[in-house]
Amino acid sequence: MGKKMSESCERILVRGNEAVAMGAIDAGCRLFFGYPITPQNEIPEYLSKHLPPLGGEFIQAESEIASINLLLGASATGTRAMTSSSSPGISLMQEGISYMAGSELPAVIINISRSGPGLGGISASQGDYFQATRGGGHGDYRVLVLAPSTVQEMYELTCLAFDLADKYRNPVMILGDALIGQMKEPLLRKRPPALELPPKDWALTGAKGRKPNRIKSLYLQEGELTEHNWKLYQKYERMKKEEIRFESVGCEEAELVMVAFGSMARVAKTVIELAREEGMKVGLFRPITLFPYPEKPLKEISRKVKHFLTIELNTGQMVEDVRLSVERDAEVYFYGKPPGALPPPEELLEEVKKVYGTEHSA
Amino acid sequence: MDLVFKRPECLIDVPFHFCPGCHHGIVHRLVAEAIDFFKIRERTVGVASVGCSVFMYDYFDIDVLEAPHGRASAVASGVKRARKDLIVFTIQGDGDLGAIGIAEGIHTANRGENITLIFANNGIYGMTGGQMAPTTLLGQKTTTSPYGRNFSYDGYPIRMAEMIATLEGSAFVARVAVNNPSNLMKAKKAIRKAFQMQIEGMGFSMVEVLMSCPTNWGLSSLEANRRVEEEMIPYFPLGIFKERKMADYL
Repeated sequence: MGKKMSESCERILVRGNEAVAMGAIDAGCRLFFGYPITPQNEIPEYLSKHLPPLGGEFIQAESEIASINLLLGASATGTRAMTSSSSPGISLMQEGISYMAGSELPAVIINISRSGPGLGGISASQGDYFQATRGGGHGDYRVLVLAPSTVQEMYELTCLAFDLADKYRNPVMILGDALIGQMKEPLLRKRPPALELPPKDWALTGAKGRKPNRIKSLYLQEGELTEHNWKLYQKYERMKKEEIRFESVGCEEAELVMVAFGSMARVAKTVIELAREEGMKVGLFRPITLFPYPEKPLKEISRKVKHFLTIELNTGQMVEDVRLSVERDAEVYFYGKPPGALPPPEELLEEVKKVYGTEHSA
Repeated sequence: MDLVFKRPECLIDVPFHFCPGCHHGIVHRLVAEAIDFFKIRERTVGVASVGCSVFMYDYFDIDVLEAPHGRASAVASGVKRARKDLIVFTIQGDGDLGAIGIAEGIHTANRGENITLIFANNGIYGMTGGQMAPTTLLGQKTTTSPYGRNFSYDGYPIRMAEMIATLEGSAFVARVAVNNPSNLMKAKKAIRKAFQMQIEGMGFSMVEVLMSCPTNWGLSSLEANRRVEEEMIPYFPLGIFKERKMADYL
């Protein structure tokens, strides 16, 4: 026991992508399906080595389309399985994700996103925000989206993603990026407490001693599909009530709140310190769940703080959710950086000064 | 009096929705007979593809999962990889396997996924109303080849069984027809064999069934049966293209 404790408390230096793979293993994932694409290759590479000794399997599929459909099949048996890819590959998976949402199948999908559109580049980007948070494929559905900002969170949110997928019978996406996937940080590999989950009595295990189970998304009888869509809607509403996650840094006493997620939030944290050195009261609101979006806590902050600066590694996507969340008399500014390089804190500080100046001259 | 013919136990007692003269009902029956024969109903999972075969769950008294169009063999492989104790099969049409899902079909066979694929080849898109399929014969008129399939425009009809048989991963590949009693008995044997291969863990098994689509061919049931014999079989020869012995596999 003592030995185990000391082992589990030891910090290890790993890449974000490896932390995701470790989280998957610790959450009980034993099947992985994937196709190579930069910058997420450490995930399949790690799992191809570490799953077989655990009795699991890694399958390198012929495409992301095959990967997501292998995942669909595995998930239907109630088995914990996962796929990972990066932006162009995630686009190919959207059909399968829509089918899984429609068929109410749990699945964990990792997007270590890169820049687009098209082949784009392999640098970090937050250009997939809309795709991730608005369903992404055809039909009226949502995917629960978690946005890690540290290597530790890459691990912990991956563990959580499996529980949430099972809790809601819905795909859950981890939206990371090239920076968080590739960077190394100390990781405390200790699985967060597991959620209490309902039995998987819907799973396809062979109709022995029970009526056959059917998993499908085709509803042709009059009224059936309407009812099915309302059922899915209720599920998303429940997510909004129960799954909101965010980090709030110094928002209480702030006069300006920056809103950023993922790797941009890391830069923003440095900006807070620089701003304080210059006597400005700046806070950070960091959504961890991108869907459901933390609308209520952000609205709460906007009752007092009236200036928000949304910072994203794109030309403006999450800013729409910020504007939808805050009180009407709050001003929402945007500073976007299309993919290429992360802006240095000094560059963001200049933006903060501009907005902060507006506030104080008013 | 001896009971010599009855509804297979794993077929639900409801009328098929298939058009009169369509061979889908016969193929469902042959699959059901194989499941009954091996007594595997309680550990079989069917994967429904998109097309006329999608309503599999209305007819088979087994667990069924619906796949996106063309992805049935990948979905079936996912089920099998997760639960190797289950017997997994899918019925895919010619559009599903020969066009949109040909990559998944080939790689499923090539990985030697231990599943059974029934390939329903009627040379036309039935459910969407009679468009040209990858297996539509040269000269055949469809709603999207109104002047007849022309190789210089549309390419040639694909012979899936022959192609799959070249892959090392495939264990059993056959092409059968159900247009007359003699062919039907051979089809029954081939489908049973395909399930047996899976039960014995031999690898990927596929039976291509030449089927009629009287509605979209614009023929009567009997004329459609004759067309299978006179036009389809000469281009898509019947037979067993691959039969792996255990020794080859090990």
